[in-house]
Amino acid sequence: MKTFIIKQLLQAVGVCLVISMISFFLLFLNTDPALLLLPPEAEVGDIAKFKKQMGLDRPVPVQYLDFLGKVVLRGDFGNSFTAKVPAATLVRERLPATLKLALAALILVNLVALPVGILSAIRRYSFLDNAATFTALLGQAMPLYWFGIMLIIIFGVWLKWFPISGSDTWAHLVLPAVTLASWILPINMRLVRSGMLDVLNQDYIRTARAKGLAERRVLIKHAFKNAAIPVVTISGMQLGVLLGGAVVTETVFAWPGLGRLAVDSIRMGDYPVVQAIVVVFALFAVLGNLLADIVGALIDPRIRLE
Amino acid sequence: MGEFLRIFMAEWMAPDSDAGEAAPSTLGLVLRKMWHLRMGMLGAFLILCLILVALFCPYLAPQDPFKQDITKRLMKPSFLAGGKAENPLGTDHLGRDLLSRIMYGARISLVVGISAVILMLAVGVSLGLIAGYFGGKADAVITFLVNSMMGFPFILLAMSLVAVLGASLENIIIALGFTGWPVFTRVTRIETMKLREREFVLAAKSLAFSTRRILARHILPNLLPAIIVLATVEVARAIIRESLLSFLGLGIQPPTPSWGVMLAEGRDYMLLQWWLAAFPGMAIFLAALGINLLGDALRDLVDPYLRKT
Repeated sequence: MKTFIIKQLLQAVGVCLVISMISFFLLFLNTDPALLLLPPEAEVGDIAKFKKQMGLDRPVPVQYLDFLGKVVLRGDFGNSFTAKVPAATLVRERLPATLKLALAALILVNLVALPVGILSAIRRYSFLDNAATFTALLGQAMPLYWFGIMLIIIFGVWLKWFPISGSDTWAHLVLPAVTLASWILPINMRLVRSGMLDVLNQDYIRTARAKGLAERRVLIKHAFKNAAIPVVTISGMQLGVLLGGAVVTETVFAWPGLGRLAVDSIRMGDYPVVQAIVVVFALFAVLGNLLADIVGALIDPRIRLE
Repeated sequence: MGEFLRIFMAEWMAPDSDAGEAAPSTLGLVLRKMWHLRMGMLGAFLILCLILVALFCPYLAPQDPFKQDITKRLMKPSFLAGGKAENPLGTDHLGRDLLSRIMYGARISLVVGISAVILMLAVGVSLGLIAGYFGGKADAVITFLVNSMMGFPFILLAMSLVAVLGASLENIIIALGFTGWPVFTRVTRIETMKLREREFVLAAKSLAFSTRRILARHILPNLLPAIIVLATVEVARAIIRESLLSFLGLGIQPPTPSWGVMLAEGRDYMLLQWWLAAFPGMAIFLAALGINLLGDALRDLVDPYLRKT
């Protein structure tokens, strides 16, 4: 188990390094950062002086190491170009709103996907299974921001059941959470279903049935426990995906989270903030995977022996 | 990520590959098969419509999609009271005909979707072949790269790329292609690893065929069914993603009639003129649905497990 966790940790650190590298070099892809920061009428001499001051005249790999060092040691991404406060502060202010949204969506997804997916597997090709498959099919083709806008029009504007933007009360959370949940619900439902089918086809289920155990007991004691592994793994994996979906959902519902900050910062070329958000998102994605792998390995010893 | 990937791949490549044991009802199964086939036809029909509209929109569109007319702004669709027949789906905030703009939008979506997937194929399949066939260090590096890319939040990467490169049609295709290739690498790698050990490949090796010839003539053809199915579905995803970038203002720029741009413009009027947001979104939905349906039907056709049952 120890070696398994260490191996996973090393891999996670590696992935984080690559992501930090990509997000750092994005800045150098097409532009000179100094030109972004200085007013357009700056003289050549001023630019050179500024570059020296900011450390932008050093070789790019050195700058990257400097960036990485500051981020890892002090959580320092530099100051936001527009807000003139540390990018990390901005991110910290906005993070709770996004996490609240993502968590609500994750709970909602599991509340629906678990029972429906499991029942679909048990009663395969039944009405419920076919209906669920059909809904999932429609859901996969549905652009999530359109779904959100339609929810606003129907439940916010026409029926007036929920507020259409902002984040003050719990009622504000309903529509955004449903929108975000709709994004991963189809794939989750299908994955739970196929995970459960996988388990139902195992020899030990046949043995349990052959022993004459009541079907209820077979399903609850033997099948559910094993089907829980993919569910845990999927939930962990989806954390990163959900944060990505939050970018869109927050824009549609004017939700004051990281996603909207990301869109605004990218539009304005506020790179320190963008870099900070990318790293935070990636950290959560990697953390979700890591947790999923470790919990999965705790439940199922086969995984850690691989 | 191992466990998730295993389930995910199983689901992608062969849904219900374990058929038989869970004792499905025969009638339900038959209905499902027929339904799949029907749905595949429906998908093909939707895609045909999409392609025809994209090709012939100058002849099909009732109005010029760029012509502004402030006196006719925000008109209702013709099926609502107060709408006019010359603007079947109404007009937008600049008085442009919504239906015509949606028809022209089909062009953008198709071009972006198909080009982006071609880009993904070129990068993804070659890397997958290398990783799967040679194994060892190359495999380790490529797998690590794929895992890192999967850990990177797609939307942020694509948005930043477009922002840095500049929002043009080509750059959007590049951004989508650059963020989308890992799926292809994964599928190609796993399938290549399986094929590598098969007798016909070993025979080709023992005949001292060049690696290039083995890859191109013996392995790639056997990968095609899986790749084609995946590519179909990825076109739908690329279309949705393009509209997403455009919706966020980091994709196609107005006044070009992209569905995402129209949705973003319609969003400002959703309180009263709901059709401005509803119809462009419907177009994205139908296009993606059609492609997915066709993809599912194709998967049924090429999937040996399903054929057996």
